[in-house]
Amino acid sequence: MKHIVIVVILVILLTFGTYALLQGIGLLPAQASAQAVTIDRMFNLHIMMISFLFSLIIVFMGYSIIVFRQKKGDEGFGKFFKANNKLEIIWTILPLGTVIFFSYLGAISLAETRNVEPQALNVDVTAGQWYWSFDYPDYGITSDKLYLPVDRQVKLSMTSVDVIHSFWVPEFRVKQDVLPGENLVKELRFTPTEKGEYTVRCAELCGGAHAYMNSPVIVVDDAEFTDWIDSELGNLPQDPVSKGKRLVENNGCLGCHSVDGSPSVGPTWAGLFGSENVMLDGSIKEVNEDYLHTAIVDPNFDVPEGFPAGVMPSNYADLFSEEEIQNMISFIQSLK
Amino acid sequence: MRKIWSIGLIRALIFQILGSAIGAGLLGLIRLAMGLSWKTEPALVVGGFIGAIFFMIGIGGFSGWWKMAMGEDVPEAHDVTEPEGIRRYFGFSLDHKVIGIQYGILSMVLLSVGGSLALIFRTELASSGLQILDFVQFNTLVGLHGMVLIASILMGVAAMGNYVVPLMIGAEDMAFPRLNAFSFWIAVPATVLLLSAMLFGGFETGWTAYPPLSVRGPMGIQLFFAGVYIVGWSSILGALNLIVTTLKMRVKGMKLFVMPIFAWAVLATSIISLTATQLIGLSFQLVMFERLLGMGFFTPSNGGNPILFQHLFWFYSHPAVYIFVLPGLGIISELLPVFVRKPLFGYKWVAMSSMGIALTGYLVWGHHMFTSGIEEYLRVPFMYSTLLVAVPTGVKFFSWVATLWQGKLRFPVPMLFILGAIIVFLIGGLTGPPSGTVSTDLHLHDTYYIVGHFHATMFGGFIFPIFAAIYYWYPKITGRKMNDTLGKIHFYLMTPAFLVTSFGQMQIGMLGMRRRIADYDPTLGFDTSHLIITIAGYLIGVSVLIFFINLIISAKRGEVATGNVWQSRSPEWSILPSPSPVHNYKGMPFEVVGEPYDYGLEGSNYVLPVNQTGQAD
Ligand code: HEC
Ligand SMILES: [Cu+2]
Ligand SMILES: [Cu+2]
Repeated sequence: MKHIVIVVILVILLTFGTYALLQGIGLLPAQASAQAVTIDRMFNLHIMMISFLFSLIIVFMGYSIIVFRQKKGDEGFGKFFKANNKLEIIWTILPLGTVIFFSYLGAISLAETRNVEPQALNVDVTAGQWYWSFDYPDYGITSDKLYLPVDRQVKLSMTSVDVIHSFWVPEFRVKQDVLPGENLVKELRFTPTEKGEYTVRCAELCGGAHAYMNSPVIVVDDAEFTDWIDSELGNLPQDPVSKGKRLVENNGCLGCHSVDGSPSVGPTWAGLFGSENVMLDGSIKEVNEDYLHTAIVDPNFDVPEGFPAGVMPSNYADLFSEEEIQNMISFIQSLK
Repeated sequence: MRKIWSIGLIRALIFQILGSAIGAGLLGLIRLAMGLSWKTEPALVVGGFIGAIFFMIGIGGFSGWWKMAMGEDVPEAHDVTEPEGIRRYFGFSLDHKVIGIQYGILSMVLLSVGGSLALIFRTELASSGLQILDFVQFNTLVGLHGMVLIASILMGVAAMGNYVVPLMIGAEDMAFPRLNAFSFWIAVPATVLLLSAMLFGGFETGWTAYPPLSVRGPMGIQLFFAGVYIVGWSSILGALNLIVTTLKMRVKGMKLFVMPIFAWAVLATSIISLTATQLIGLSFQLVMFERLLGMGFFTPSNGGNPILFQHLFWFYSHPAVYIFVLPGLGIISELLPVFVRKPLFGYKWVAMSSMGIALTGYLVWGHHMFTSGIEEYLRVPFMYSTLLVAVPTGVKFFSWVATLWQGKLRFPVPMLFILGAIIVFLIGGLTGPPSGTVSTDLHLHDTYYIVGHFHATMFGGFIFPIFAAIYYWYPKITGRKMNDTLGKIHFYLMTPAFLVTSFGQMQIGMLGMRRRIADYDPTLGFDTSHLIITIAGYLIGVSVLIFFINLIISAKRGEVATGNVWQSRSPEWSILPSPSPVHNYKGMPFEVVGEPYDYGLEGSNYVLPVNQTGQAD
């Protein structure tokens, strides 16, 4: 009996200690969405449970190790008892009740995070190797940054053009895989509650530059959001170079090509135009408009040395109009 | 030359190389005849499989069955005379003890390969930026680390099952000795295939090989698929053998509920391997076909569905977790009473909890897919079933604690690893529920939290227990004990190092570190944590190296231990001398007269030699 009393006291002490420690070291990133509040509440319950069960087992073990260790020269046996069905039933039924209760709380928590608001802002998200692109169908805007008004629910309708990706902003907590296929468009809703700059990070291994598949997420207040919409709609310069710039930004080219000379999956465009390019087969070609045109619509026709063939998508001829391709070429030309 | 040729392993490997070349060449010729040009990928697949079959021919895996089919006389397994000495371990032996050791060696070789792969990419991760690897290399290493260690674990489980179970239940050998040898040897060409994925472009998908990613990209993935597929055969056939052996070959008087608890664990594990492994084989096979023949199973643009793959894959790969840990938990329950000098608390409940875990294990695979876009109505039921696993697992923990309570604890090296296993598995187990409730998993999925969580379950459920098992049964195998000091250094180095890696991983995971990325954003501030994790990873490597040194030198120089070293009641210690003789209990018949774990019960015995039955000694 004396043993049990000591152990119970120790379990209580260690439970509080562990809980305080886990809360103290800061386990979660900033809380920036309504969903994060709900989910963190669930985390808190888990941490309490973990602290208790951890202490329960560890104290019993530690106590046994210290107090019930074999004394020198004592070759005898421990106390003989080998079963107690009442105890077994208790420690089956109690946990059973607990897990059912936890599942119930989990279901409520899930329902709360999926709460639907009719006023939600619609954004269509397209993911591809290795970029994100955001369409605002209500405004006719396409952007490579996700601008969101604070305190208003957003409904993302997400699809992928190639493999599976996953949309995750740690500060918002929620995560949803993005699948290819027209009938597999997935929805994700959340309500940002803190203004600031965040990053969406692809959470599903998607090959190659998966690590770098990040895009800015900017949460602003209503007025700033309207300003942003206006500037996107109104002040867009219409010269070919700027149009080309927007095209390459919104279609994932920059996931593989840099514009400042830094290395990437594909050749950099800085100083590309007008240079002499060494091909895989050793020949040397001058980079002019024709060369770039072929390089975009038929990427495997000329493969420059040091880069893999078959990586750059080969369906751009179908995706872009001739004018759009010319605009992108003008943009690349402007980087010489 | 003659001498080298007579070593089965070497002969078989030469056969495998030849077979692969023949298979690939033949395919090339057929394609040529059809007017098609050479293509490397199908040639690799066909060559891979034919090579594996040739390996089996080379090792002699078919010769017994071939003779039977031809109507020739084939001796019973125990009448086959086998070469003496070290050489029998490199050939097609039918003795379950030899096969158990073969499995063990393969497991340890794979453990060091898989661990070394991890150290390479941990070095890359020690700081942000890309230093020594490119993306494809990094992804290949991560994927192979996972699968090579899964293979290592399967081999380790088979090693324990094969060596220990027949001895514990007093069987002469396994039920089907030829099938047993076949199951082991087929795993060897499979691992060769698996590792050769590195030589053919690697693969980018991680061990889960999700399509459509696995449908594109480097062709090393095909060798990965082929390797896993064949390891699967090994696993299924081995499981079949263990089930029949435990059910049919127990010694007189050994009812199911008085067999050693480890046998229960192996039985539960084998039931899962026998019935679930097909699903991972199937899912990989479909991707293989999709790549080779353009069948659109999983690619939406061809009418497929990528989520279907995930269902098939996890239907095996979740229960697989229990294949890995149930035997380890069995080792804990088996060894605790020996070192606590007191009965295992609640034997029947512990035995049934293994079965309970095995059963619930089939119903929870969807928890890997909470964020994957499965139907909404599936998520909540899978959450209930997932948390349910906590109940039988809890029974085990409570029973272990009750077993420790008021015992007389001894702390030789195996016991240290047992206690380490309980603590580490506790951490692995307790960190499960946060990823089991859907809303919290939306945050945790695909982060380092998950990495930390499952490494804790794997270490607690397999790595610590198998080290305990090796330290414990080593005298049975060699007649010598492993060095105590080195064993303690191994333990006291590995345990804290592991805890550091695991806690570190979970913490940065919750803070936003994604899984499977070669580089991370320095602004997240994870550099220091990653550096510490890498250093701790190296320390684990050093501790395992010390273990290997101990393993090898103790075979010749260890302290002689031929008797019942641990004062166990189990027949393999109380009846059988060490090292265990070739034909097990031949000439030493015994029967079961009591309960296995009645340590401290006056005048009781678990087993007694037959001629003395009834008389207490
Ligand atoms: C998935 C990665 C990827 C994407 C996305 C991508 N490219 Fe490429 N690109 C490459 C690679 C790799 C090469 C070099 C090999 C080749 O030519 O196929 C390349 C080559 C090129 C070249 C020729 C460069 C030279 O030095 O010869 C041009 C021009 C080009 N890409 C334009 C584009 C444009 C415009 C887009 C977007 C509409 C785009 N790329 C999208 C990977 C990509
Ligand atoms: Cu990704
Ligand atoms: Cu699982």
